[in-house]
Amino acid sequence: MPKTASNGGLRRSDAGGSAGGSVGIVAPQRAAFDAPLLLQCQQELPNFELVYETYGELNAERSNAVLICHALSGDHHAAGYHTPEDAKPGWWDACIGPGKPIDTARFFVVAPNNLGGCGGSTGPRCVNPATGEPWGAAFPTVTVKDWVRTQAMLADRLGIDRFAAAVGGSLGGMQALQWAIDQPERVANAVVIAAAPKLSAQNIAFNEIARQAIQSDPDFHDGRYAQANAIPRKGLVLARMIGHVTYLSDERMGVKFGRELKSGDIEAAQDVTFQVESYLRYQGASFSERFDANTYLLMTRALDYFDPALAFDGDLVKALASAKARFLVLSFTSDWRFSPARSDEIVDALIAAGKDVVSATVEAPNGHDSFLLPNDRYFDLLGGYLNAVAAKL
Amino acid sequence: MRPDLQIIAELIKPGARVLDLGCGTGELLKRLAERKGVNGYGIENDPKQISACVRVGVNVLEHDLDDGLGRFPDSSFDMVVMTEALQAVAEPSRLLDEMLRIGEQCVVTFPNFGHWRCRLQLAAFGRMPVAKHLPHAWHDTPNIHLCTFNDFERLVAKKRLPIIERYVVDDRYRVRPRMALPNLFGSRAFYRLGRGVS
Repeated sequence: MPKTASNGGLRRSDAGGSAGGSVGIVAPQRAAFDAPLLLQCQQELPNFELVYETYGELNAERSNAVLICHALSGDHHAAGYHTPEDAKPGWWDACIGPGKPIDTARFFVVAPNNLGGCGGSTGPRCVNPATGEPWGAAFPTVTVKDWVRTQAMLADRLGIDRFAAAVGGSLGGMQALQWAIDQPERVANAVVIAAAPKLSAQNIAFNEIARQAIQSDPDFHDGRYAQANAIPRKGLVLARMIGHVTYLSDERMGVKFGRELKSGDIEAAQDVTFQVESYLRYQGASFSERFDANTYLLMTRALDYFDPALAFDGDLVKALASAKARFLVLSFTSDWRFSPARSDEIVDALIAAGKDVVSATVEAPNGHDSFLLPNDRYFDLLGGYLNAVAAKL
Repeated sequence: MRPDLQIIAELIKPGARVLDLGCGTGELLKRLAERKGVNGYGIENDPKQISACVRVGVNVLEHDLDDGLGRFPDSSFDMVVMTEALQAVAEPSRLLDEMLRIGEQCVVTFPNFGHWRCRLQLAAFGRMPVAKHLPHAWHDTPNIHLCTFNDFERLVAKKRLPIIERYVVDDRYRVRPRMALPNLFGSRAFYRLGRGVS
């Protein structure tokens, strides 16, 4: 029986000020899988480990488990704090906790770090047993399908036959969609937030610019930077800056920064730094301290390759034929990275396939990042939907 | 449950593909799911109503009817229902065409502007009618395309759409099959229409 990592004792309100409590102090757990794993790319991993956190209690029927799928830069630390001194809670703390939309008083929440990640699951930073050196860029390509499969193996380990819901935003939403297609018997609801059925050429272009930024950093060393005792910081900073611009909306950046100066004098054309420049540099720098460059490459590739319709003559309706889940598809008005129109593609295919679906477009100013931030309507829809799920358990 | 919705629910065959335009709190769809095993879809643009649908587990899509139904392929539904929304949309005639493009049949209900109370208020007092079935003042009404039963039937005739059946109901949504002068005494009507023969 999996133990909850929550002690429920700590109550700290999150920065967003949404209603509901914190899951408190949490500790990551680890699951090791010793059998070889054949990936979609036909390469084999001799073994692998997944790091994950859980919040709440698995009920006696084992029917109340919710899987949290993380996005590009996320990990298993979705909610709560690792120590009382932590400055920030997990990345989706606004959404996960007692009384929050993903209510840990009702659900047993499982949040893994994906295979190939840098949060502790097997990935490019780990040692390749065949060479005795870190995998680096030689880590095999992993796909959303591989993640779904390995998440299902983790579910086996935790005694979860069927998730009440698989939930994710952005790349996480794509995993929730793939779950419904690949594991129809094992997921009752798929919550797909700020996602798309596949990337557009523009999406892929932004990812490629980010990859080029990393790969052209002299400290990248063809992905063998660990062996060279280096970190391609400049590349990571730049990659994150590009990404960040696409996550925010023009409107939001205008309100947040406008043309305000951090320093310098525009009249004299001297040493000008705009607030937005300073912000992006800070975001990039802090990201480069915590994230692995090879994982960034791998995750953006997984995004680019995601296309569940491909194996079905490009027909998403056919791809969804196997799904048995109900779907909640949410998008945000100001999101231009995965716009509401992209979510509508998913919704229209679900209707054509005769699947149960609820869809809404939430008025929100924060661009793609809106899926991470508190918003009354967003939380009302997500919480309301999951409440109905919990009531049927 | 509203009697008119009950009648509509009776009309729909088990397993039918149903789209409910302006589905409100999802009352009709919920009944169809419970009684007929029909998992239909509702379209709604009011966040409060959508929230209500979500809470009862009804399939609802946030969509504005004034944006048309272009996202749905031809003949993707057996029945397209629209209760009390025809008079509030920007292009009722085009929407009617769209409903019968994506659906084999449709059901439309609307309030009757030809009701005697409306006629009386306009004729005797020279004021825009406000009645039980039309409760809004002229300046805050969502109803921008009000019509009478006769008006609607003229449009339907012009489009050569067969009226499969018509029910006239009173203020309390009670069906009055033998009502004399329905265009004078009926509060609402609902029409089941088929596709035109071209």
